[in-house]
Amino acid sequence: MSETQTFSLDGEDVPFAPGQTVMQAAQAAGRWIPHLCWHPDFEAHGSCKLCTVRANGRLVAACTVAAQPGMAVENRTPDLDGRRQTLLQMLFVEGNHFCPSCEKSGNCLLQATAYEMGMMTPHFDMFYPDRPVDASHPETLLDFNRCILCALCVRASRDADGKNVFALSGRGIRSHLIVNHESGRLADTDFAATDRAANICPVGVILPKRRGFAVPIGRRKYDPAPASVVDVVPVKHEEEAR
Amino acid sequence: MSGKLRVATTSLAGCFGCHMSFLDIDERLLTLLEVVEFDRSPITDIKEVGQCDLGIIEGGVCNAENVHVLREFRKHCKTLVAMGACAVNGGLPAQRNHLDLRDILEEVYHTELGLAHGGIPNDPELPLPLNKVHPIHEVVKVDYFLPGCPPPADAIWKFLTDLVAGRTPHLAHGLLHYD
Repeated sequence: MSETQTFSLDGEDVPFAPGQTVMQAAQAAGRWIPHLCWHPDFEAHGSCKLCTVRANGRLVAACTVAAQPGMAVENRTPDLDGRRQTLLQMLFVEGNHFCPSCEKSGNCLLQATAYEMGMMTPHFDMFYPDRPVDASHPETLLDFNRCILCALCVRASRDADGKNVFALSGRGIRSHLIVNHESGRLADTDFAATDRAANICPVGVILPKRRGFAVPIGRRKYDPAPASVVDVVPVKHEEEAR
Repeated sequence: MSGKLRVATTSLAGCFGCHMSFLDIDERLLTLLEVVEFDRSPITDIKEVGQCDLGIIEGGVCNAENVHVLREFRKHCKTLVAMGACAVNGGLPAQRNHLDLRDILEEVYHTELGLAHGGIPNDPELPLPLNKVHPIHEVVKVDYFLPGCPPPADAIWKFLTDLVAGRTPHLAHGLLHYD
């Protein structure tokens, strides 16, 4: 039996098992590191950069960096939260995030994280992109306006459902979510509303049809408490939001 | 001089819902009136904005008149606040931004079923619509933002009392909403 190894997160010791990432260890210890593309059930993607922390003086993604004994990790500092707010603002201007008409409002990790970072304005000039919705599937709506390219649906469909329904296409600013079929229509795939991929989206892209306001505004996931409280142990993200 | 802060408010491309929410501070409006007085506002019906300490803008910018009024507010107000989703990010009116303006006007006034086919209004008194709807920070410098559709009355109250007291407004969990 080796002694429990620890690193420090904002000055407090966090134990970890060898092989755990900083994110996994923090989550297991009930500590919140902001994140969008990370999910405990799937391989880290490391793309949203919201979980960027300063480890031994260097900026690293907490979801991909392995915890090391004695590592000094800064997480909720004004500097890092400020950078996170800027990342969120860029996500908000790049898509069409019109919360007042979104069924995900109150259950949305993007929105909850922006609240947590105190984002009062998108700050930058809005893109207002033209992204038609895909309403072809009888049970599920795809509203690409809200996509933040976290690729959780891509991973869930590929790794949990074994279907490969979704993919990211294009590069750089032209990156976008596609349906992996010649027609590009969700209805033409073997996607089912019971798939893991149907219930993994942290924002309002993949939504069940005919389920509007089943839970009223004010009684949704992040209404009683902020993401930093709701999203720590137990680490189940999406089920209770549905 | 009364020593009170002079406040102006207006609604541009908005629905007046934020002003309704503002009125929802109810009797606290009387407490507010002990320290502020209103210049141009739907509350006073003053038509032109004068020199003010605080300007509060509801709504985004969707036509030429909005641009004019917004610039007048910026010119006359020491501190300018964007109140509500439309002022902050364009909101509902901006949902037309991915569509061509001419196509929209054609459909709304001309080709839509059941219309008298009277054509697109072009009276010179009507302000010209802009190609896109913009949040106000894309047109003038904005000092503070108060999101929400509308912001809850309690959020407006907290925001204003912070500002009047000289504090940077801070909205805790439950008061900060984008919807």
